[in-house]
Amino acid sequence: MKVLVPVKRVIDYNVKARVKADQTGVDLANVKMSMNPFDEIAVEEAVRLKEGKEHHAAGTASEIVVVSIGVTQAQETIRTALAMGADRGILIQSDADLEPLAVAKLLAAVVAEEKPDLVLMGKQSIDGDNNAVGQMLAALLDWPQATFAAKIEIAGGAAKVTREVDGGNQTLSAPLPAVVTVDLRLNTPRYASLPNIMKAKKKEIAMKAVADYGVDVAPRLTVRKVTAPATRSAGIKVADAAELVSKLKTVGAL
Amino acid sequence: MAVLVIADHDGSTVRDSTNKTVTAALALSSDVDVLVVGSGAKAAADAAARITGVRKVLLAESGELGHQLAEAVTATVVALAAGYDAFLSPASMDGKNFMPRIAAKLDVAPISEIVEVVAADTFVRPIYAGNALETIQSSDAKKVITVRPTAFAPAADGGSAPVETVAGSDAGKAAFVGEEMVKSDRPELGAAKIVVSGGRALGSAEEFHAVMDPLADKLGAAVGASRAAVDAGYAPNDYQVGQTGKVVAPGLYIAIGISGAIQHLAGMKDSKIIVAINKDADAPIFQVADFGIVGDYKTVVPELMAALG
Repeated sequence: MKVLVPVKRVIDYNVKARVKADQTGVDLANVKMSMNPFDEIAVEEAVRLKEGKEHHAAGTASEIVVVSIGVTQAQETIRTALAMGADRGILIQSDADLEPLAVAKLLAAVVAEEKPDLVLMGKQSIDGDNNAVGQMLAALLDWPQATFAAKIEIAGGAAKVTREVDGGNQTLSAPLPAVVTVDLRLNTPRYASLPNIMKAKKKEIAMKAVADYGVDVAPRLTVRKVTAPATRSAGIKVADAAELVSKLKTVGAL
Repeated sequence: MAVLVIADHDGSTVRDSTNKTVTAALALSSDVDVLVVGSGAKAAADAAARITGVRKVLLAESGELGHQLAEAVTATVVALAAGYDAFLSPASMDGKNFMPRIAAKLDVAPISEIVEVVAADTFVRPIYAGNALETIQSSDAKKVITVRPTAFAPAADGGSAPVETVAGSDAGKAAFVGEEMVKSDRPELGAAKIVVSGGRALGSAEEFHAVMDPLADKLGAAVGASRAAVDAGYAPNDYQVGQTGKVVAPGLYIAIGISGAIQHLAGMKDSKIIVAINKDADAPIFQVADFGIVGDYKTVVPELMAALG
């Protein structure tokens, strides 16, 4: 089974985003960038499918292809995935911050070329917070989708996926090929070892351009402005629980 | 323009998030219909018909719609698409699951988790874990939007819209296997007026419930948790408050043993009053807390229980 894993280079999750003074966006100059945390979980699961770790049979995945769409530096994100155990990478270079619809269309074109049995990806990126690309890719391919996966079992030509939903968990069976988006609880991603980082440098990354795929990526949304949220006024420390309850009653919270 | 709201419901009633989404829809247009998709969901459709401002309710019922599977909901909505200019759903796990699929089928850019309607084509939504707000204008003829319920007041009941039956779709590609729901008699986390939330400091699932449950019961509150507490197995994942869990904005949010990571703050910093109980005086949670107590929850929470009487 061939697995395609889309990954995104985003602001590191520990960095607090700062809005630019001219309200055109978030200041990403000299900010630490990393692989989107959910995408690390997707790469880890793909590698486990290959290795036969946890409840997966060894060799469930035969090849893992990682694809990223973004600036040239997104090669580093792909290298990270290769060091974790992915086999090869594809970078579709774009300096524009493409919308989820355009990303889904490009990924659909990559799927048409690579013909994976499973697309495994993060449920959302921590920058745009859209939570949309996986579902849109499934729609464009007319494949089943299983979002917010907390457990994945591959057997009998289907992915049995336990999903995190409001109120608990739901289990679906999605016939392959399918798109599965992963949630935080699926696994704990590994750190790449130094030998594997060295080996990853020899793995192939195919460099592509958006134009190679003949896909309409024209934006549908215009960002009018980006502003900082209202800041909360400074609070106070109280000495004990009795004082807390009396303050809460004064402000009408109790 | 006409707007279709896809209801969040449990078969017999509509969730508060649906009323809030109707409020957002009415900011776009006065022609607002509500679609209830499900199986045996007539009672929910009747409940939706009572929401003030709703023009009519469409009820689509079929097998897989009972579990709101994305493929079936999408096929049902797309079949109705010609009659509407905008589609809104609460940003629940179900809404997040099927709305982008609907958008792709209609070839439009979805707009996720709006917190404000500026104009019929312009919306405000949080990005970067709520550390920035973007105002975006859509050029698509049809809009597909999820609504962050905490940002809108609920439309009151008092209407009496007609209920019509429409065709449901069984175009399921994935099949439902089973579900495990967390049973709770407490208020729903997203709609509760008071939320008490526990973090990693509680140390174990037994301790989490021993500390949080009695306090929640005393306050009539819902119980939430930080990601750390959920990952450690102290609380079910459905309790998680944060960027990737639930977003809450209660009148009172009490954070116990939660440091206040960016991702947690994204889910609760719009609460009216925030209380932090933490033994680390430098914990970031104190930067957003209106009232803070620096101390061990093991002593502070029993004192709080006593002070509440």
